Amino acid sequence: MAKAHESRRKERLDRGVKVRSDGVYAVASWREMAFLLGPRLLLIAGLLIMPLVLWPVPYWQKVLTIICIYSLLAIGFDFLAHYVGLVSLGGALYIGVGAYIAALLNTEMGLPLWATIPLATVLGGMVCTVLLWPCLPLRGVYFAIVSLMFPLLAARLIEAFDIFGGTDGIMGLDGFPNRWSEMYVLIICMLLALFALRRLVNEDVGLVFRGVKDNDQAVKASGIDITRYKALGVFIASSLGCLGGACLAHIYMWAGISQFALDFSIIPIAATVVGGGGTLAGPVIGCLILVPISELLRDFGTLRIAVYALILMAFIVFKSEGLMSYGARKYNQFEHWVEI
Amino acid sequence: MAGEPILSVRDVNKTFGGVKALTEVSFDLNPGDILGVIGPNGSGKTTLVNVITGFVKADSGQVLYKGKNLVGTAPHKIADRGLTRTFQVMRPYYSLPAYKNLIVPLFSPRARRTGGWRGGGRMGSRDTVAVDILEEIGFERESYVPYKTASSLPTGYLKRLELARCLALRPEIIICDEVFSGLSMSEMASMVPLMEKLQMEGITLIMVEHRLRELFRLANRVMVLNFGAKIAEGVPVEVMADKQVKEAYFGSEEVFSYV
Repeated sequence: MAKAHESRRKERLDRGVKVRSDGVYAVASWREMAFLLGPRLLLIAGLLIMPLVLWPVPYWQKVLTIICIYSLLAIGFDFLAHYVGLVSLGGALYIGVGAYIAALLNTEMGLPLWATIPLATVLGGMVCTVLLWPCLPLRGVYFAIVSLMFPLLAARLIEAFDIFGGTDGIMGLDGFPNRWSEMYVLIICMLLALFALRRLVNEDVGLVFRGVKDNDQAVKASGIDITRYKALGVFIASSLGCLGGACLAHIYMWAGISQFALDFSIIPIAATVVGGGGTLAGPVIGCLILVPISELLRDFGTLRIAVYALILMAFIVFKSEGLMSYGARKYNQFEHWVEI
Repeated sequence: MAGEPILSVRDVNKTFGGVKALTEVSFDLNPGDILGVIGPNGSGKTTLVNVITGFVKADSGQVLYKGKNLVGTAPHKIADRGLTRTFQVMRPYYSLPAYKNLIVPLFSPRARRTGGWRGGGRMGSRDTVAVDILEEIGFERESYVPYKTASSLPTGYLKRLELARCLALRPEIIICDEVFSGLSMSEMASMVPLMEKLQMEGITLIMVEHRLRELFRLANRVMVLNFGAKIAEGVPVEVMADKQVKEAYFGSEEVFSYV
């Protein structure tokens, strides 16, 4: 019986429209342009309309903002892991640093929200990069473990020395003027980050980043300082996280040690697994699925984590390539069985 | 020979644990020369390359490049000064087309400063410069070889891709770590004129090789390593006649039928 299976195999062929629209002739026809733009517009328009669709349920509007924050982290994680070769579990560090910097700028120096968020993004990125700088020669799981240590350390230090408000955190931050502004600021930032990074990784500098990941010896032999590029990668990823953290602090009008919670390190990784690593859009899709699931499971009480784990396992077992890779394949290729 | 040596290695020592990889190795390299480095397996040839290019730090001794000591300098800074190397085990970016492999070196500070191979970088995009470099060293543009994925290329082309990565930096010295190994006879035959062309371009070459026949056609001088120590140096004919070399490296007289 096994023979019957062996005599057939699945053949995959690129669709004609995919082949044609790969080149510079993509603008040749509306059909080809639509083929290229369709999925992108679907994501952009879908996210922009979502707040309006969720108008009657403000609770889910809040969930949408949380999805965007996790998406920022997940895009950063995917970029670092699959294009720079640093598996970073420092998501919680980025969120925490961003939140605390925004809170300090807002409450101590009296800067308005529109100044604190960009400042926290850049300063936070710098702080995280400086903190992680000594770990940059590490690779793979070693970098992951050290980067996981930082958020734990930061939370304990704040607790032990009672700095920055200690366990109470910093209260009394300005909130966003209304819930629409908080949603649209985050959605637009997240979409910009996604498309900017997708552009970046295909530019020449993106090839250098990929070189650092696959082949650091050859990059060194090419006269390029790999530590600088790793640091630049960490800066980009941590800035995205700090942007999320700053927004989070202003949404809750509070910054505290729970913003160093490991959820911010773990969920972006889970989202990247579900969505498909190396695609950048995949992690966003992963967040769009995982965060709502996690909210829906609140009814299960303590069983929530168990059900969540089962869903994750199902994804890993049945769609290990990730939804985005799977979807892109179905979108771009015909599949059919052929006799050998 | 006339003039100052461009590279001068002075009493370099390197041990890995208890193993003496290099013992008091010294040599001079004059501009425009091709120096061959030979020796049995494990004699320290690749360690010497690693020490010169900064991938491994020498325990003691000096590597003087244009009069400045390179020991302790980071590999990328050494490459930035124009002293480049190929890897014995090729390290291309397998998932990328061949010409995209050259984007990384063309992106480096040195290539931006010098404009890459023959100043091409100032004239066009990195992609076109990359294809030009590849064509120059034998990737036939007409048959689209530069556009093929690196993983689909045979060893001969990958070895050339390693050389192309060095050329993209517009180097003054290229240290070739076994560019002939793993090639077919015809691939090797086409590689020899390529190396001669590089020499005529004014690039100084160090060639670490096991293939003596091709090396002796190219090299002005040959240096022999054995157990990490230099046992002979000179023009190829003299070195082959050296008794110590015969004993340590070749073991028998048979080798002369190959040369």
